[in-house]
Formats: sequence, structure tokens, C-alpha cells
Amino acid sequence: MSIWEYANPVKFMRISGAILPWVVAGAAICTVAGLVWGFLTPQDYKQGSTVKIIFLHVPAALMAINIWLMMLVTSLIWLVRRHHVSALAAKAAAPVGAVMTLIALITGAIWGQPMWGTWWEWDPRLTSFLILFLFYLGYMALWGAVENPDSAADLTGVLCLVGSVFALLSRYAVNFWNQGLHQGASLSLAPGERMAAVYRYPLYLTMLGFFLLFLALLLIRTRTEIRRRRLAALLARENLA
Amino acid sequence: MKALLIRDLRLATRAGGGFGLALAFFLIVCTLVPFGVGPEGGTLSRIAPGILWVGALLSCLLSLDRIFALDFEDGSLDLLATAPLPLEGAVAIKAFAHWLVTGLPLALSAPVFGLLLHLPGPAYPWLVASLVLGTPALSMLGAFGAAVTVGLRRGGLLLSLLVLPLYVPTLIFGAEAVRRGAAGADPVVPLVFLAAITLATLALAPFAAAAALRVNLR
Repeated sequence: MSIWEYANPVKFMRISGAILPWVVAGAAICTVAGLVWGFLTPQDYKQGSTVKIIFLHVPAALMAINIWLMMLVTSLIWLVRRHHVSALAAKAAAPVGAVMTLIALITGAIWGQPMWGTWWEWDPRLTSFLILFLFYLGYMALWGAVENPDSAADLTGVLCLVGSVFALLSRYAVNFWNQGLHQGASLSLAPGERMAAVYRYPLYLTMLGFFLLFLALLLIRTRTEIRRRRLAALLARENLA
Repeated sequence: MKALLIRDLRLATRAGGGFGLALAFFLIVCTLVPFGVGPEGGTLSRIAPGILWVGALLSCLLSLDRIFALDFEDGSLDLLATAPLPLEGAVAIKAFAHWLVTGLPLALSAPVFGLLLHLPGPAYPWLVASLVLGTPALSMLGAFGAAVTVGLRRGGLLLSLLVLPLYVPTLIFGAEAVRRGAAGADPVVPLVFLAAITLATLALAPFAAAAALRVNLR
């Protein structure tokens, strides 16, 4: 028994089909409960009610980065071991990641307008998120442009590797270019910098909810991609006959 | 390797090769910017380092698809792939040829365009130095982008979408070096970073580009 067994599409379809309802239910419960709980938290003495944007902003930003990381891992698995499910999972994750990046950018702008007095600031964190969004766009455009599915998987895999290096490089290069306005890590473990528990626990819940939401979307989209592949294979066989 | 370099240079410099197009494009960019922002010398000299670097980057982008596209169409890329020379080496040589016909002339002629944009006096040596150090990375990364998009019909636009985000670190450090030079500060630190990015790109990007080419030639 090893993890590679799940690379078999039939097995993947069976197991993902079985757990999908649970993941969807968990995502719905955690996201809704976390957002409602977050909405009912008291107002911050400095930020007022805008503090509640954090329950959308931080989980989306967290997922935006981790989805790219997941795509990097699945691309590597595809390039090394040629498991098709892996490549399809990377393809399925990209639009979700792009939307998460967009959510983080837009909620950040809505928060920044009253707090910093500007919708957009060329701050290192904001800029690197914008660059990450551009990488997502390029990645998806490449998937759409290449016709042969295996070549597309190979090329996007290589692009994901190169893009990861440069996304990271840009992340630190922009530090050099402009000083930041954005606050530090939201979930620091140092006691003095920690958020108050009133905000922290609902935030954990929405983070879990967003993770489950991503998992649910990923499973659904990967299943769709596998079915599309099967359909293409059936059509090809039909044309041959 | 030498034969390939000479062949690429010959193809680029003879009729229809598009040699000098990048320079002409750079000139047009530097002419258009004052129309857009107004002719005041103060504003222009403030934004000149950034404009010069962005202009150099865009004119480099313009000729990227030529690195592999023509060879792909007439089949000589297949010959290169089966030649005893490793494909990584061929990619590096072709990127080098691209740099010799676009990056190097851009870097050497940049002071003239700097004059057009009222670039402050002390910045000129740093402008040339940063372009000489930075444009090889632009050519090499461009070769990677060209290798990824070589078989595609609508490759041109996609190529810029893929390659431009990769140019961000180079642009940041290159423009920062010129800006510091213009302000009279010490531009060595960004130049060192720029050189590091270029060297790392030269060392690693040929492998990625060759991998992408192999996929497209399959």
C-alpha cells in the first residue's frame, strides 16, 4: 500500500467520489460558521468594523500561496513519475488559486481604502501578490494554448518550476525596491504580536473552511478533467472504428 | 558551437533578419514617452532610469520569437536536436546570439537615449553597466519562453505573458542601480544582485529551455 496507488485514475475516481460529499459539507460548515462567527466579533478599537475583512483576506491569501506550492509539487510528480492525475490536479488547481489571489487583492483594497487611505499601494506584499496573479494567468493561458494534452502538461510543469523560482525571487526583490506598508505576519506565535483570541479562533475556522473549500473544488475539477480525458479517448476510438 | 553562433549572427544581420529593429523600437519608445508625460526636463530625468530599462526590456521582447520559430518551421531545429551538440548548449548559443544582436547594441547605445530623456550625468556609466549585466538574463529567459511557445500558432502574445513576469527581478535591480547612480548614491549592491540573477539564469535556464524544446519537438 503506497500513496502512488491513488495515482490510478479509477481508484482516484472511486475514493474522491466517496469523500467528496464530506469535504463539501465540511467546507460549507466551516466557511459559513467561521464567517458568521467572524462577523459577530466585536469591533476593533482602531479599525472599526473593517477588521472583519480579515476573515476573508487572510485565508484567501494563505490558499493563494499554498495552491501554487501544491501545483509545484504535483508538477514535479508529473515530470518525474508521469502520473496523469497529478498533472490534471495541477491544471484543476490553477483557476482556484488565481481566484484566491484575486480575492486577497480585492479584499485588501477594500480594507486599504479606509485604513491606509488608498486602494492600492506599491507595497512589497501587494506587489508580489500581483506578480503571483500574473504567473497564474500565464500558467492557465499556456494550458489553454497547447493542444496535445501531454505536451501541455509537460510545458506547464516546466513553467511552474521556473515560475516558482522567479515568484520567490520577485518576492524578495520587491523588498529591496520599496519599503512596506503592510503589517507583518497575521498569525505570529510571539505572544506580544499575537492577535486577540476573539479574532484568532474564528480566523482558524475560516482558514480550515477555505482549505476544505479548495479541496472540494480541486476534487470536483480534477474529476471533471479525468472525465473529459475519458470522453476524448472514447471519441478517438469512435473515429478510428 | 562556433558554427551555430556564426550562422545565427549571419541570419540575424542579413536582409530580413530584423537586426536593428529592436534599436528602432527603443528609439520610438524614448520618443513617445515625452509626448505622454510632457517635455519638462525635471520629470523626464526623474523617470528616465525606469523608462530606459522598461524600453530595453520591451525591445528585447520584440525579437524573442525569432530565436526558435524560423528554425522550427524549416526543420533545422530537429537537426540541432539530433546533433552531437547537447540541446542545452544549442539553446545557450542561440540565446547568446540573440543577446549579441539585441542586448549588446541596446546597452551600448543606451547613453544616446539617456540624453534624449535628460538622464542625470553620473548615471551614464551605471546605465551601460546595468544593461550589459542584465540583458543576458533577458535573452536567456526569453529563450526559455520562446522554447515553451515555439509550436503554438498564437505564440506571440502568450510569450509576452509568460516572459514578462520572469523579468521582474532583473528590472527591479537594473533600474534601481541606474536610479542610485542618478542620485549619486552607491549602485554597487543592486548591480551585484543583478549579476547574480544573470549568472544563475545563464547556468539554469538552458536546461529548462531545452526540456521545453524537447517536448515541442516530440
